[in-house]
Amino acid sequence: MTNTTVILTRDLAKSYGSVAAVHGLNLSVEPNRITAFLGQNGAGKSTTIKMLLGMVRPSCGEGTVLGKRITDAEENCQMRRKVAYVAENKPLYGYMTVEQTIRFASSFYSDWRADVARRLLKEYKLPPQQKVQSLSKGMRTKLALLLAFARRPELLILDEPSEGLDPVGIEHLLQTLVAQSAEGVTIFFSSHQIAEVERVADHVCILDSGRLLVNASLDQLRQSYRRIDLVFASAPPEREFRITGVEKIQTKGHQMSVFASRNAEAVIERAHDLDAVSVEVAPVGLREIFLETVKEN
Amino acid sequence: MFFKLTPTTGQPLYLQLMQQIRHATETGALQHGDQLPGIRTLAEELVVSPNTVAKAYSELEHDGLLELRQGSGAFVCVERRTRSMADHVQVARRRIRDLIERLREEGLLDEEIKRAFEAELLYPAETVRKR
Repeated sequence: MTNTTVILTRDLAKSYGSVAAVHGLNLSVEPNRITAFLGQNGAGKSTTIKMLLGMVRPSCGEGTVLGKRITDAEENCQMRRKVAYVAENKPLYGYMTVEQTIRFASSFYSDWRADVARRLLKEYKLPPQQKVQSLSKGMRTKLALLLAFARRPELLILDEPSEGLDPVGIEHLLQTLVAQSAEGVTIFFSSHQIAEVERVADHVCILDSGRLLVNASLDQLRQSYRRIDLVFASAPPEREFRITGVEKIQTKGHQMSVFASRNAEAVIERAHDLDAVSVEVAPVGLREIFLETVKEN
Repeated sequence: MFFKLTPTTGQPLYLQLMQQIRHATETGALQHGDQLPGIRTLAEELVVSPNTVAKAYSELEHDGLLELRQGSGAFVCVERRTRSMADHVQVARRRIRDLIERLREEGLLDEEIKRAFEAELLYPAETVRKR
């Protein structure tokens, strides 16, 4: 598979009238990884994905997907042949049956894998003869996922793939993502389901109000983010702790809580130097990182 | 072999997996010549990125605890080294037990001792790992 950056954007931005949906986004997605794109509703995730796919024209900035420029119509076509995409609203033709939809989609793609389609049809327990319009939301999602997974793309882009799925469906989805990744497919998926992301993702991008706030490997986040709870005999010397890596300090009486994105060792050392009576260090989960980062923004 | 990875402990998943495999060889749950599942199989079973399993396997191979054979998976190699590692763990446990006993005598509550241990374990994490 490819060894160069799969998705690369520079100062990518989109405004709708006076409303800026995405600001100067510098995104890079590396190959053979599972990258999660996190953000609240309306953070600009779907707009970004649509710009990457050439479905929305950027207001400014540029980008490439699989080395093809996103604003060039011809290059865009070449790129789309190697990218499987599951849209947020799962657009499907309601008047077709499940079986017709699969046959219809298969005719478009030279990389179609009929065996995978058959296997997923069974695993997802999709009723082949049923019309798409009468499918439940979860079943629709499963059908849309099947259409993407039954190809052999270089890049798989999923916009909120777990929307509408029950816990069993989510587990199955994650397993399929893992299997695709093991076959060398690069995966880029947006989500606000942090617990899922925390398990399968290699890399995390956090977008808020159109800005990219975090772009790091999950291992790196796990190792560097810490909450350090301190107790002092007198009033906590808050100012002494405003050092690199400290994102937030909260003080209550003799207690002080420091939220650090890195450099926790320096905070602890300083706490010892300043005679803190108690120093407690705790790891920070992705949920807390997300909430704190978004709140600070 | 059963593995359990916890995403929220502040420790990379590949390190957790490495430690659990190493621990299993120390307790004898995994023995010389035992086969571990392939990267893809274990990743799907644990529902983690294949890169997590691949990294743990390759680090353990580097440490000489696993032998990766193209196409047929990973095999455990337990040499005398790990035997002595098990002895080390035994000795360490005895020392920790003595230390805890002394701290209790000095009036510290178990909860306080536990928190102190946890804090210290997190503090020099970098240096401990590079051991």
